[in-house]
Amino acid sequence: MSNEHIDEVTGVSTTGHEWDGIRELNNPLPRWWIITFYITIVWAIGYTIAYPAWPMLTSATKGVLGYSSRNDVGNELAAAEVAKGKYVAAIQSKTVSEIASDDALREFAIAAGGAAFKVNCVQCHGSGAQGSKGFPNLNDDDWLWGGKAEQIQQTITHGIRFASDTDTRVSEMPAFGDVITADQVQQVSAYVASLSGTVSDQALVAPGAKVFAENCVACHGDNAKGNKELGAPDLTDAIWLYGPGETAIAAQVRAPKHGVMPAWGARLGETKVKELAVYVHSLGGGE
Amino acid sequence: MLDNTQVERLEAEAVNSAKTRQPLYAARKKIFPKRASGNFRRFKWLVMAITLGIYYLTPWLRWDRGPFAPDQAVLLDLANRRFYFFFIEIWPQEFYYVAGLLVMAGVGLFLITSTVGRAWCGYTCPQTVWVDLFLVVERAIEGDRNARMKLDAGPWTVRKLVLRVSKHAIWLVIGAATGGAWIFYFADAPTLVVELFTGTAAPVAYITVAVLTATTYTFGGLMREQVCTYMCPWPRIQAAMLDENSLTVTYNDWRGEPRSRHAKKVLAAGQPVGDCVDCNACVAVCPMGIDIRDGQQLECITCALCIDACDGVMDKLGRERGLISYATLSDYNANMTLATAGGSSSVNPSLVRAADGTFSDKVAHFHIRKIFRPRTYVYMAMWSLIGLGLLYSLLTRDRLEVNVLHDRNPQFVTLSDGSIRNGYTVKLLNMIPEPRTIVVTIQGLQGAEMSVVGIDLPVGRSVPISVEPDRLKMLKVFVRQPAGQIQGTAQTFKFRVEDKASFESDEYTATFNAPEIAR
Repeated sequence: MSNEHIDEVTGVSTTGHEWDGIRELNNPLPRWWIITFYITIVWAIGYTIAYPAWPMLTSATKGVLGYSSRNDVGNELAAAEVAKGKYVAAIQSKTVSEIASDDALREFAIAAGGAAFKVNCVQCHGSGAQGSKGFPNLNDDDWLWGGKAEQIQQTITHGIRFASDTDTRVSEMPAFGDVITADQVQQVSAYVASLSGTVSDQALVAPGAKVFAENCVACHGDNAKGNKELGAPDLTDAIWLYGPGETAIAAQVRAPKHGVMPAWGARLGETKVKELAVYVHSLGGGE
Repeated sequence: MLDNTQVERLEAEAVNSAKTRQPLYAARKKIFPKRASGNFRRFKWLVMAITLGIYYLTPWLRWDRGPFAPDQAVLLDLANRRFYFFFIEIWPQEFYYVAGLLVMAGVGLFLITSTVGRAWCGYTCPQTVWVDLFLVVERAIEGDRNARMKLDAGPWTVRKLVLRVSKHAIWLVIGAATGGAWIFYFADAPTLVVELFTGTAAPVAYITVAVLTATTYTFGGLMREQVCTYMCPWPRIQAAMLDENSLTVTYNDWRGEPRSRHAKKVLAAGQPVGDCVDCNACVAVCPMGIDIRDGQQLECITCALCIDACDGVMDKLGRERGLISYATLSDYNANMTLATAGGSSSVNPSLVRAADGTFSDKVAHFHIRKIFRPRTYVYMAMWSLIGLGLLYSLLTRDRLEVNVLHDRNPQFVTLSDGSIRNGYTVKLLNMIPEPRTIVVTIQGLQGAEMSVVGIDLPVGRSVPISVEPDRLKMLKVFVRQPAGQIQGTAQTFKFRVEDKASFESDEYTATFNAPEIAR
């Protein structure tokens, strides 16, 4: 500017911009600030060339360094798989009992199985594997189909009453409401309840025992201890899948409910099922 | 209606008035400290040698801890989260010892500052020590004050370029050595030094060395006194810790003023003259570039080099040393009162002297008694109490600990015989570098028994567990109580862990939950 204008009040030069007699003071930013600002611009240009940046029609520019956060994640996941490799290989080659008796392998399998459980099993068995009415509690020591690690593995692999798996565990209790009279239902329910607790009418127990001997021992056994081959529950213990007490028992005698568990073997693979079996076995009730 | 001139004009001015506003930024004025010599300089060399020696040599000290722990005397093992200090090993949860040491350092600073002023700043602060070291290099290459000023003002010649390049190169080497020594505190030093020079050390080691090289070079070589004046909060805090009985570096103007370069002429004119000959030696040696004769100021780090410089001049003039000296404000004030005849006149040095020219008896001198006053007693007591407390806690601390987490989901499990089972994660902490066998026992909880995941046999109420040296062992423990013996929905009981060999033990009070209707 040829004719620089100095503001009288402040003694600062003006930019030459004037609006209705009001002039803009020229207080430039400090040089270090300006230089830093220019450096950031240069840096930003270099950055957008080196890294993915500019959005195009279908995707963004790739950047000359070829960096991709998706590849990063892929590499990290691959590295994690490699790190797990030796455990996974050992789990593949060993039986679940062998895995459970090896400290390091068991720890790994419990961690891996616990994670798989939270994805695949909690929907029915609950987040703590504590189950609910109709869905077995996996923490306790009562097992319909056996609580040994191998038996648990078998159950998870092939499921229960899962029609599309030919090796699935199958059993079906008949609806005794059609076979015996309503009175007999009451009597046998009282008898079963008496095996593990007190009943409302003691007089029903003796005839109930007779009904039981005629209809139920084939599956539940002479002593009502159940049969794990058939998935027949132990009726003398404190654990009731469909609720304790004569009413709940009577309902189950008349028209039994039958739970279904899918077969997970094909879906999760043998290794994952083994890990799950070890995890479930470790919950406290494993035999 | 008032006329313009009738409006009263108030005497007021804005505190940040444009007419008097100062720029917020002032360019640094270069400082060329002259080499000082004397008692304080010798003391500072000694302190420098000791502090640098501690810094560089500590990581190389060895301390045998047996086969299960590193043998480096001082080691911050961040990867394994262990801190080793000679015979002490600290786990992360014992970090309060470090916090305690920091509190002690703080109170210790109060104590030192209230007694001898900013001794930390003047003698032992790393900034002071490293700036001193950098100045040694600068003087060795460029010469003392005058030579350096001449070189700086002169044009760029080959000689200037060579001197400057070599100076900065040596500074960078010192910076690299500083950063290099730092990382040895965090890994085994003999191993790391080989890795460092063969290019196989971790990237974080090289990054740390690079960052510390840059900071050492910048702070010690380029910024120097600006770090103390502008960056450090210490001067502001320390000023609040001084009182009238704290020793600080003081210009005794009660004997120095009126200063004069031409004492004989002034005396001949019948005017009073002080001991200060205004030679500016005190200013020339000052690493902060200040004039102590302006009084105590924020910039002064009390390095006492001006005392050395002034004492040298006083010796040459055959006068008493101590025109600049360590003095307390109370002594100084008393002597000022004496020299100014109670404040009624300007300083007259003849008032502090007896007839034979020596100091009058009324001149106050520092007495060691002044150190012992309520303030220093309180600081000393606080410092000692914290120190003793830490020491007591360190000597009696547990090297065996148990932590218990109760399973929350499910809180309890009903078993087929009606008994109730609770799950616990029991963590055993073996905090010594030796393998141990720890016996875990449950106390209370009538009839209850444990089972441990990974141990097939039923373990009853007590089980020995072997724990690796210096490690935490995590156990999954199930506690089962028979139906008939359950008393309430939440019973408390104890996990007790004991080392039968050393009789060390620890307990954890846990809760046992049961459903409301336990059969």
